[in-house]
Amino acid sequence: MATDTAPAAEGTAEAAPARTPQRAPRPEGNVLNVFSHGFLWLWALMVIIPVAWIVMSSFKTTREIASDPLGLPSAPHWANYVNAWTNGNIGGYFLNTAQVLVFSVTGTMLLGAMAAYVLARYEFPGNRVIYFGFAAGMMFPVFLALFPLFKTLQNVALLNTYTGLVIVYIAYSLPFTVFFLTAFFRTLPTGVAEAAVVDGAGHYRLFFQVMLPMAKPGLVAITIFNVIGQWNQFLLPLVLLGRNPEDAMISQGLANLALRQGYEGDSGALFAGTVLAMVPIFIAYVLFQRQIQAGLTAGAIK
Amino acid sequence: MKHGKYPFILSFLALPVGLYAWLVILPFAQAFQISLTDWSGSSNSFDYIGFDNYANLFKDERLVLPALRHTGIILVVLPLVTIVLGLFFAFMLNLGGRVRQGRIEGVRGARFHKVVYFFPQVLSVAIIGILWKQVYAPENFGGLITGALTAVGLPAPVNGFLADTRFVLASVIGVLVWSAVGFYLVFFSSAMASIPRDLYEAAVIDGAGRGAMFFRITLPLLWDSVQTAWIYLSIVALDVFVLIYMMTPERGGPNAASEVVGGVIWKYAFNHGEQAFASALGVVLFFAALSLAVVSLRFGRREQIEF
Repeated sequence: MATDTAPAAEGTAEAAPARTPQRAPRPEGNVLNVFSHGFLWLWALMVIIPVAWIVMSSFKTTREIASDPLGLPSAPHWANYVNAWTNGNIGGYFLNTAQVLVFSVTGTMLLGAMAAYVLARYEFPGNRVIYFGFAAGMMFPVFLALFPLFKTLQNVALLNTYTGLVIVYIAYSLPFTVFFLTAFFRTLPTGVAEAAVVDGAGHYRLFFQVMLPMAKPGLVAITIFNVIGQWNQFLLPLVLLGRNPEDAMISQGLANLALRQGYEGDSGALFAGTVLAMVPIFIAYVLFQRQIQAGLTAGAIK
Repeated sequence: MKHGKYPFILSFLALPVGLYAWLVILPFAQAFQISLTDWSGSSNSFDYIGFDNYANLFKDERLVLPALRHTGIILVVLPLVTIVLGLFFAFMLNLGGRVRQGRIEGVRGARFHKVVYFFPQVLSVAIIGILWKQVYAPENFGGLITGALTAVGLPAPVNGFLADTRFVLASVIGVLVWSAVGFYLVFFSSAMASIPRDLYEAAVIDGAGRGAMFFRITLPLLWDSVQTAWIYLSIVALDVFVLIYMMTPERGGPNAASEVVGGVIWKYAFNHGEQAFASALGVVLFFAALSLAVVSLRFGRREQIEF
């Protein structure tokens, strides 16, 4: 731990002249300090190396991957990417997922914001019960519901359809969305709302034209949260969209590719597919990492 | 404005509450009901058999008992290791740097570390599973760790880490920690940022070391966040399954060495056609999650400190 590093650090502080604009970097403190800094870098490497290594492997032939895991590819083997895109159908899975998410995220945000707004700003009998009903849903282990859910969708002929998946995504994203947005709507100032009412705005106009725009920061954070969560969803499509492999979501498609790789032995294509699935997430992460970090940790910080 | 309040409330709540009740609450309620029957899941006939499924759970030494043991291990190790690492890294990034004119700084490159550490959090479990399966692979399949061990002349498990009963569970827990640490680093970091700097600066003047600062100032003031993290990670631990499904042989093997409760529910429900038995195990998991949350909220309360 960082224990015992302070005396040395203090020593350097006292020794430091009051104002030195550009100080040359110098060793900070003692062995323990070096150790804890080393550990920080070690962890960073532990994140970077496996990811970079898979990217590198995706340019190797399958034989090179097995025989020389640590070496560089002899020549970039683009055929892996062609295989992953055409035989592996990664492009198709992307489109499928995007298609579902357009509706499921929009639906989640709309329904979530509506419920949260009413729960946060209106008093009526049953308000608390509904709120806690939603909040409790964050804790339920989803396995327990999988089979009854499968039967429910089967009964209304929505099994193996995108419509079915969309409404299930919405329903399972509501607990956190409502929980978070309720807290957010409560923090919004009442003055603006009252002024709008004086001006004659009805309940609906107040919500859509005044409250929603004011809640934008919260809505953005929770939208990011839901996009990432639903994009990465694995269990629900596995159970509810199992019939036609062509229709799979991206995570499911990758898992199928991994399974097939097991007996076809084309690990090059598998890694290329994995990298392809990682690229858009990586780009979005680099561009929006501040918002993403805020969005994903938002609920916990409240 | 009073006019039309209830029609408005109703029109806004009907759809979300209806959908939630139909697709979330109802299936969970049905699972409780199913757990008291002998339903296989495919036929239309079943009888109520009381709590027999629950009694039989604890006699299943092939899958259920190992799964309960492994989930128990994950439940202890995952939150503990992740929180310790998360707190350590957050403290280093915020206050691990040098003291300059009585002001404490974070380490250099703190922003870079945060961005890197957090990245696994946005990757899907499918990607993480494929990535780490290859990292742990046997040497003749091009595994990273086995290859590196052999390259420096150390012994490596012949069949890789995941096909070895001694290493498989620890390997999976390692990946869980790997992907969770970044989240808790950012989480604790923003909690630490709200602690006033003068507290630390006063401590520096009083001659406190980094260790004293951490244990006397940071940790007590972060107690609520640690507690929240503990609940979150416990729920993650109870729900571990997809990674095992993606990475391990026989989806819980070898030899049931990485069976977890979620995976056993999956196997009984979708492979063995014993829906009622699977539901009973799911109900046990449900109450485990519930009591964890209640216990940590009930006994974890400390005095609130305002600043």
